[in-house]
Amino acid sequence: MNYSILLSEMLEGTLNSLLLFGLTLLFSLPLGLILCVGRRSKLKIINIPVKLYLLLLRGTPLMLQLMFVFFVVNPLLPFRIDRFPAAVVAFVLNYAAYFAEIYRGGMESIPVGQYEAANVLGFSKKQTFFKIILPQVIKRILPPMGNEFITLVKDTSLAKVISVVELMKVTSDWANSAANFVPFIIAALFYLVMNGIVSKCFSVAEKRLSYYR
Amino acid sequence: MKMLEAKNIEKSFGKLEVLKNISFDVNKGEVLAIIGPSGSGKSTLLRCITQLETVDRGEIVICGDTLVKTVDGKAVYADKEERHKINLHYGLVFQNFNLFPHMSVMKNITAAPINVLGQSKEEAEAAAKVLLKKMGLADRGDYYPYQLSGGQQQRVSIARAMALNPELLLFDEPTSALDPELTGEILKVIRSLADEKMTMIVVTHEMAFAKNVADRVIFMADGVIVESGTPEEVFENTKNPRTLEFLAKYNEDRAER
Repeated sequence: MNYSILLSEMLEGTLNSLLLFGLTLLFSLPLGLILCVGRRSKLKIINIPVKLYLLLLRGTPLMLQLMFVFFVVNPLLPFRIDRFPAAVVAFVLNYAAYFAEIYRGGMESIPVGQYEAANVLGFSKKQTFFKIILPQVIKRILPPMGNEFITLVKDTSLAKVISVVELMKVTSDWANSAANFVPFIIAALFYLVMNGIVSKCFSVAEKRLSYYR
Repeated sequence: MKMLEAKNIEKSFGKLEVLKNISFDVNKGEVLAIIGPSGSGKSTLLRCITQLETVDRGEIVICGDTLVKTVDGKAVYADKEERHKINLHYGLVFQNFNLFPHMSVMKNITAAPINVLGQSKEEAEAAAKVLLKKMGLADRGDYYPYQLSGGQQQRVSIARAMALNPELLLFDEPTSALDPELTGEILKVIRSLADEKMTMIVVTHEMAFAKNVADRVIFMADGVIVESGTPEEVFENTKNPRTLEFLAKYNEDRAER
């Protein structure tokens, strides 16, 4: 086994995993906020479809969703999408559902008195949301968000099922062809390092927001 | 000049009638205390005036601007712009302060003047410093609410309401969440505002305070105004059996403490 080739291929796979991680967050964080607003809407025509969406995406395995997007939806489209973008689509749709519920938990934990105080002081709805509510929501959702981010780092390995060349795919291909377990150990270390960095970022963020209670 | 006119206010939560045909008004510079047992509708009345609840029927005029009137038996509210304008006529102090925990004391006070009135930061902070000094909190501007005692937090919330220069200040049981020792400092602040001829409506359980500071007292029970008059009339010379019952119960509770 040529270790320098192994390592360089695994690093390349890691970059793809990170790209999948980054793109998933980029789109699912805002999409989750939109879903959250829909979930909290008083209009049944909005909140019922959103609830069904959340049930479907949280109630079925992400691995199944990945295969569904790539093997079922893809052939039905007028154009073909590649493996990597298909993985991004599945991840975004799935993670947005979880983020929506985390946002909702955060928003519903803000005492109604905060809205009332803002209201009586003449703040508009938009000002109330962005200046009063959101900063407090962010502080409250950091711990569950940290969990989700860490899970996402590991979940990128699921993209292997549609043959996206990410860290796990590279690792198992090497392990199989060389009949050697060392790539698994290296991969474990890579995931650990990535999540070590993610946790560190979250503890820094939590510390920064600890100036109030 | 009338700062508030409320006529025939009716409000129900489902089948429960909370306010039954309430009418009263408040003159400029007057301090009105609203007393009564829990569940009598005092807080709901205050919340209807401050647009935190809507009335089912009746009329509310604040500083000459009509917030709501009744047409064909249904409440008709002013448009959004007018409601916002009316909103700026009054300030409300809550029972549990509702300060913004993520903002310093200074920011709590200046956020609305800057964002709602469009004042500059310097202008808003200068005004806030004057208010903080008045509240005896001149050195607390950089503190966060959690670092303050309940009494201090409530004084900040009074300063926050005052920062918008309201013409009418409403208090919803401002001392009910405080220890008895801290109650005095809030009552002192309200008394000093009364001395400056601030128009105020105070929903309170502090009978001694209502007696000493208010120009007029309204006693509410079961959604109606049972009695209204000067503190002497309500506290000392009332013939009304419901008022007498309430005051007797109150004095009994005090004696037990």
